[in-house]
This record gives sequence, C-alpha cells and structure tokens, in this order.
Amino acid sequence: MTSEPRPGHHSEITLRVNGKPHTLRVDHRRVLLDLLREDLDLTGSKKGCDHGQCGACTVLVDGRRLNSCLLLAVTLDGSEITTVEGLGGDGEEPHPLQRAFLDRDAFQCGYCTPGQLCSAVGMLAEAAAGHPSHVTGPETPAGPPVPLDRTEIRERMSGNLCRCGAYPRIVDAIEDVI
Amino acid sequence: MTGTTGTTGAALGAPAERREGRQKVTGAARYAAEYTLPGRAHAWPVPAAVARGRVTAVDTAAALALPGVLAVLTPEDAPRLADPEDATLAVLQGPGVPHRGWCVALAVAETPEAARAAARAVRVTYDTAPHDAAFTEHHRDGYAPQEAGGQPGRVEHGDPRAAFAGADVRVDVTYRVPPLHNHPMEPHASTAHWDGDRLTVYTSSQGGTTVRSTLAQLFRLPEEHVTVVAEHVGGGFGSKGTPRPDVVLAAMAARHTGRPVTLAYARRHLPTVVGHRAPTVQRLRLGAGHDGRLTALLHETTSPTSRVKEFVEYAAVVSRVMYAAPNLLSAHRVVPLDVPTPSWMRAPGEAPGMYALESALDELADVLGLDPVELRARNEPAEEPGSGKPFSSRHVVDCLREGARRFGWEDRDPRPGVRREGSWLLGTGVAAATYPVQAAPSTAGAQALPDGTFVVRINAADIGTGARTVLAQVAADALGVPLDRVRTEVGRSDLPPAPLAGGSSGTASWGWAVHEACAELASRLAAHTGPLPAEGIETRADTTGKADADSPWARHAFGAHFAEVAVDTVTGEIRARRLLGVYAAGRILNARTARSQFTGAMIMGLGMALTEGSTLDPAFGDFPEADLASYHVPVHADVPDVEAHWIDEDDPHLNPMGSKGIGEIGIVGTAAAVGNAVHHATGIRFRELPLTPDRILAGLLSES
Ligand code: FES
Ligand code: FES
Repeated sequence: MTSEPRPGHHSEITLRVNGKPHTLRVDHRRVLLDLLREDLDLTGSKKGCDHGQCGACTVLVDGRRLNSCLLLAVTLDGSEITTVEGLGGDGEEPHPLQRAFLDRDAFQCGYCTPGQLCSAVGMLAEAAAGHPSHVTGPETPAGPPVPLDRTEIRERMSGNLCRCGAYPRIVDAIEDVI
Repeated sequence: MTGTTGTTGAALGAPAERREGRQKVTGAARYAAEYTLPGRAHAWPVPAAVARGRVTAVDTAAALALPGVLAVLTPEDAPRLADPEDATLAVLQGPGVPHRGWCVALAVAETPEAARAAARAVRVTYDTAPHDAAFTEHHRDGYAPQEAGGQPGRVEHGDPRAAFAGADVRVDVTYRVPPLHNHPMEPHASTAHWDGDRLTVYTSSQGGTTVRSTLAQLFRLPEEHVTVVAEHVGGGFGSKGTPRPDVVLAAMAARHTGRPVTLAYARRHLPTVVGHRAPTVQRLRLGAGHDGRLTALLHETTSPTSRVKEFVEYAAVVSRVMYAAPNLLSAHRVVPLDVPTPSWMRAPGEAPGMYALESALDELADVLGLDPVELRARNEPAEEPGSGKPFSSRHVVDCLREGARRFGWEDRDPRPGVRREGSWLLGTGVAAATYPVQAAPSTAGAQALPDGTFVVRINAADIGTGARTVLAQVAADALGVPLDRVRTEVGRSDLPPAPLAGGSSGTASWGWAVHEACAELASRLAAHTGPLPAEGIETRADTTGKADADSPWARHAFGAHFAEVAVDTVTGEIRARRLLGVYAAGRILNARTARSQFTGAMIMGLGMALTEGSTLDPAFGDFPEADLASYHVPVHADVPDVEAHWIDEDDPHLNPMGSKGIGEIGIVGTAAAVGNAVHHATGIRFRELPLTPDRILAGLLSES
C-alpha cells in the first residue's frame, strides 16, 4: 500500500443504470458522475463543482439521492442507479415532476435542473419514509410520512443550488406532485 | 400556453412555454463539455502559484510519465497566437505572471482524472517579484479613468461641493461592496476540434459571434473556417459575455495533440480567470432642503482593476439617471493591482451603485423624517440629470406606489427597532431600481416553407432567458401567424451573426432583426401568388444604423423593490421574509419567462445583500472564497416567496417590440431594500455588504 492513489489502477464493476446493466473496467479515481458522463454518455447529470457543494450531479443510488461527484465508482459494484434520463421510465411521458417543472417554469438555464429533479424525487421518498429534517417540529410523530409544506421543501432541497434563482418555482413544482 | 399558440397576432406577451424545456428536464440538452466526440481528450490548467513574477522553468517530465498523458503545453512551446485585443486571452504566450491563478501550463490527457493528475505533477519554478494586491480607497496608484462603462468617467454639474456644504440637511456616508463572483452553475467549458485548418468549438458563451471573430483573429484563420456552437448555456451573468481562456486553451490543445479536447474549468478556477465584480468603496454626499428636495448629489466610487487590463466598476453612473439634483458629481477612480481582472457581473455598475445610492437616500429620509417613497417622488427629474435628455418613458414613481400598495407599505410604522417577535426584530425597506435600455445591430434570417411553417435563424445565445421562445413570439406576430408555426434556430455561428446576450440587450437586439426579417417576409408573401418554391422564400435583415442610432431620448427601465426581514438578536442572522418587485420595462414579451428573470435576479440581489462576499487577499493576491462552500450563493432555504409585477408601458422610442431589457434590473436596488429593512428592524446602519451574522451581532452588541 502506498499513500498516493496508484494512477492507472482499474477494476471491473457491474452497475444497473436506468434499468440497464453495464459492466465496466473503471479507473479507481473515477467518480460515478464521470462514469455516467464519460463512459456511458449520460450527460444529463451535471458537474457544477465536482466537490459535493452544489447538487447538480444528484442521482438516485439504490433509491437514495446522492451527489454522484463524491462517489468513487469502484465502490458501487452491484448498485442500481437512476439518472434524470431514467426518471420517466421507459415511456414517452416524462415523470410527473418533470412535467411540473415545465408547467411552473422551474428553471432557466437548466443546468441545475437534473439535480433538482433527482433530488426532489429522493426527497419525497425520504419524507414518505418519515425522515425528519432540521425544520420538522418536535411534535411531529416519528414513523409516519412527514407532511411537506414550503418550509420543509426548502430545507430539504437546500443542497441543490440554482444560480438562476428558480427556487420559488421549483418549490411550486414539487408541491404540485405531492 | 396552448390557448395562445394557435391564435394569430397574440404571441407577444403570452406566457409561452420554453421551447427547449423538454430537453432540459429530461437531460437531453447538451452543454459545452458534453460533446463526447470520438477520441476526445481532456485538458486541465496549471494556475500560477505566485501573484507576480516570471515563469523560469516548467518541468513536465513527471507529468508526461503518468499513464494516459498526451502533452503538457507550456509558455515555451504552446502555439503562438496573434496578439489578442483582450489581454486576458494571451495565455501561454510568455513567461510573465500578472496575477495568481494565471494559466502557466496546460496538461492534456485521455481522461479528466489523468489530466488533473498530470497538472498536479507539473513543476513550475518562478522568479517572484513583489506584488501589491491591497486595495484601499486612497491607494497612491489610483487614477480617474477617462471612461466608465462606455460613459465619461466623471460628470459634474453646478457646484456640488459648495451646494453640499450649504445644504439644510446633509448625509455623508460611505458604502462598501466586496468582490462578488458570477458563479453560473455551469462552469466555463469548451470542446474544440480541428479538421485541417477548420476549427469547431462547442463553448459556454453568451455571444458566439464574438467567440468566432476572436478565435479567427488569434489563430489567424478566415472567420468562415471557425464554427462556434453554444446550443445551451448554463448561465453566465456576464462572465461568459466575452470569450474566456478556456476556449483559447482548448483550441490550442486540440491543435497541439490533433485530438478533440475539452477544457472544463473546475469551480475553484473560475474566480481568477472568468472575471468578477470588482469591490467598490462609494462615498455618497446628499444635500437637501427641509422639504426633501436634493440640492447636491455627490457619488464617488473607487474600485481596483488588474494590471492586465482596465475595468471600471461604473457604480456612480446611476446618479446621472435617478434624481433631480442641480449640483451633481458622479466620478470614478480605479486602482490597478496585481490581481485577477474584474469584469461584468449582472448589472455591472448599477447593482453596486444603486445599493449605495438607495441606501444613502434611505438615510436622508430618516434624517428628514420623510417617507422614503415620498422622498423619491419629490426628487423626480424632468429630464435625465446627466445628459439633459428627456426620458422616453419613466415610471419609477408608479412602480414605487404600486409596490407600496401591494406590499402594504402604508401601514408601516417608520420608527426603527420597535417591532419584536421573540428574539427577532422585524423591519421593511424599499429601494428604486434602474437599468439602461441598450441594443446592438444584429442580423437575422426568416424563411417561409411550402408546408406553411416558418424558420427564424439567428446566432443568438439562450443562457436561460428563453431566447428561442421569445424570438418565435416576435416572429409570429410580425408574420401574423400562429406561434406554433414558427421554429427558431439559435446558438450556432453558421446562423446570421448577432450580438451577445448581455447588458439586458439580447432580446431587443435580436428581436429587432427578427422583426425586420419577418416583416419583409410577410410583405414578400403578400405579393407572392401561387405555391411557394420548394426551398421556400427567405429574407434577411441587418439593423446596423438603426439599433445603434443615437437617440434624442434617455431610455431606461425602472423599478421598485420592497423587502421584509427578520433579524435574530441572539445570533445576528437575517432572514428575508418577503421580496416584492414592480417594474416598468416597456412591453413584457413573455410573461412566464420574464417573471422568472425578474425573480431570479432579485434572488441574486438577496445573495448580494446577505450571503455573498469574497475577499481580495493581499498576501496571496487572489480569493480565499474560491468554491461554493465558502462563497455562499442563496440556497432554497434562504429564499422566501418572491413576487414580481410590472406596469404596462407603451414607449414608442425603443424598438419594434416596444421592449426594455429585463435580465438585470431585478438585482438593482434589491440589496438596498434589504439593507434598509435591516435598519428599520434594528435601528442600526450597516454600510458594508454582505450583512452576515458576525457583522450584525457586532452591531447589535455595540448598540446595547
Ligand atoms: S457536482 Fe456534485 S455536488 Fe456539485
Ligand atoms: S436553472 Fe440555471 S442554475 Fe438553476
């Protein structure tokens, strides 16, 4: 073992991405975000900071929302990944949240949008599973789904930056699908 | 909205949905770094680690020995460029280091990981020279620039100093705005490839036409050998208004390696290489009679620039537009330092300038015991104070009054520091807004096809404004056809050349040319009999001489911002509870996308007020707050419900659509409205942004 990562070191992993299996030899330095963008040409997941600070790269890993720029691909063997390209499933119709983003004009440049969408899908599942947030009141019972008002949505979506300032419209869109 | 797309003559103003929306929400929209061309390589810059000096050696051996590394370009061996007009683009052309972060080498490798590792392995040695990166208002190298934002650096009317000295009521205050970073969510990126002596770049730019002419000049190519594609741009806010080093470096690396190359700047690289809002120190002196009428207005601002080129943050220009003061001074000073080059950031000049002016006006209202809306109404000028020209339209007081009505301003108790809610103090504030009407010459093409549809072609950039959509609306009405029969093509340099998306001028400039091309097409079609030929009928318009003609009118958009804040007396935290804006910006061409631009800019103004702040570090010569964990742009939890409204304005002196720019005015004055609300809440004037808890708490403690 050396303390520096060994450049050029690779391993084989298998992932399911948007329902399709992929077996790849990955550079140990490669993060999931670059695997999606470079190896699979799934460029819907965006790189805003490569540093866990903006949320543009948010995808669902085994149903949980995670910053794909912070996940070394080699650690994800056997995982099930959903990206913005897979949110709508196989059908022609977009996911209801994608439709709500269009209806509410919940974006401008669109660069944060895939991350906002994946994050919101993950967030709704967390709330449905009863996970509290920083603004969940102590009187809220543990266990049942947490009701989401605008304050809860804002708090839970705060890892996803939008420099165009589409925030109020994003909250509108999320409320539309609750 | 489907109800409007099938109707003739009703497209302008309708809330039409973004045409590229579906692509953006499904991930299909491709941005500059996402053109995965076969054989594509990746470049990673090596930023200078010193603030001033010369590169004496670049040792590339260790980098080149790493697997997957294709090349390391250095100032010694990089391709030689023609001298650029913009000196920030003269990258790898010599050993000089004008500021920390300047590109001193470029690693190119098969993968982004390998390129980054290679850049780290490059050993650069420097001959370091003493540097000066300490910005102070009275720096001895400061000078008065000839120009500020294309206007005279200094305007003086009457005898402002004497009038101020003799005024009944005086306010003499200094406001400070720190360096600010644009930080569009898509970092600047370019993908370049050569096919013989033809260059194609996919780049994240607000203006592909200028990128093309710049690359042609630098690489000594005929313009028609350069193709620039910017289909989707992940925000810019001014920092992508001119070509940046990424596009030059990517083209150099692609030429050097014979491979397509992508250079996507890391977030941390951006602050030193893509421009930033220069900090300003602004002294405002307001002299008034007891009736609140201004007798003297002196607005003096100082900001740093780099030694690479002069950029003046033209913050004092707003004082030539806003208020009637017979004795006026509006003047700029600039201090060249060994620092990164500042540039445009959303409403350069106006945003910091109106923060200071509108805050000072609030202070004057306080001293006079006059309502701040009323004070502004009393100082309405009959013509533009700086130029003496009549206004083409000016409804700032209407915006203030309409905003006051919607916000519930009339019930406001003017006394500061008296509204408590537990440990919170509450307050409300107001500020006016202004932004100039600008337009540049553009060309555009329009084509009628035999199937009854139409295509509009123009090298406009859609940076999130919805350019495709609004231009289709302009075209539909000029042609007198339903909106869904018009297709727009933008974002490619093989389309008719067009100016940049900047200065809130994009829609005016492009729309003007689109309108003309379509109006001519409509008259050609009216004269045409029988079916159309297979290739249809095409027209082309060029607005040179019209869009840039001198106007006898002073043309500006105006607005008003209202804010409600709560200040936590325990932690010093400020929470914005409400933001409301009312605008008079000519005809609003798309109600849906316009609202998003207004509120989006207000949110950036909220960031300017409360969270965004950077520091020019005198020791290192760059910004410690280089990433999004240390430079705080507003997040969901910071942003309350934000309302934007507008007043219908019918101004015949603008352009064929009757529109004024809307992309920037939302940030102008927002920070002042928030700051004035903080004063109303706490009774304390904080005169330096951002209003972070450490400052607020220190202020609250020293008061009590
Ligand atoms: S790119 Fe992953 S959090 Fe910013
Ligand atoms: S839409 Fe541009 S960053 Fe969110």
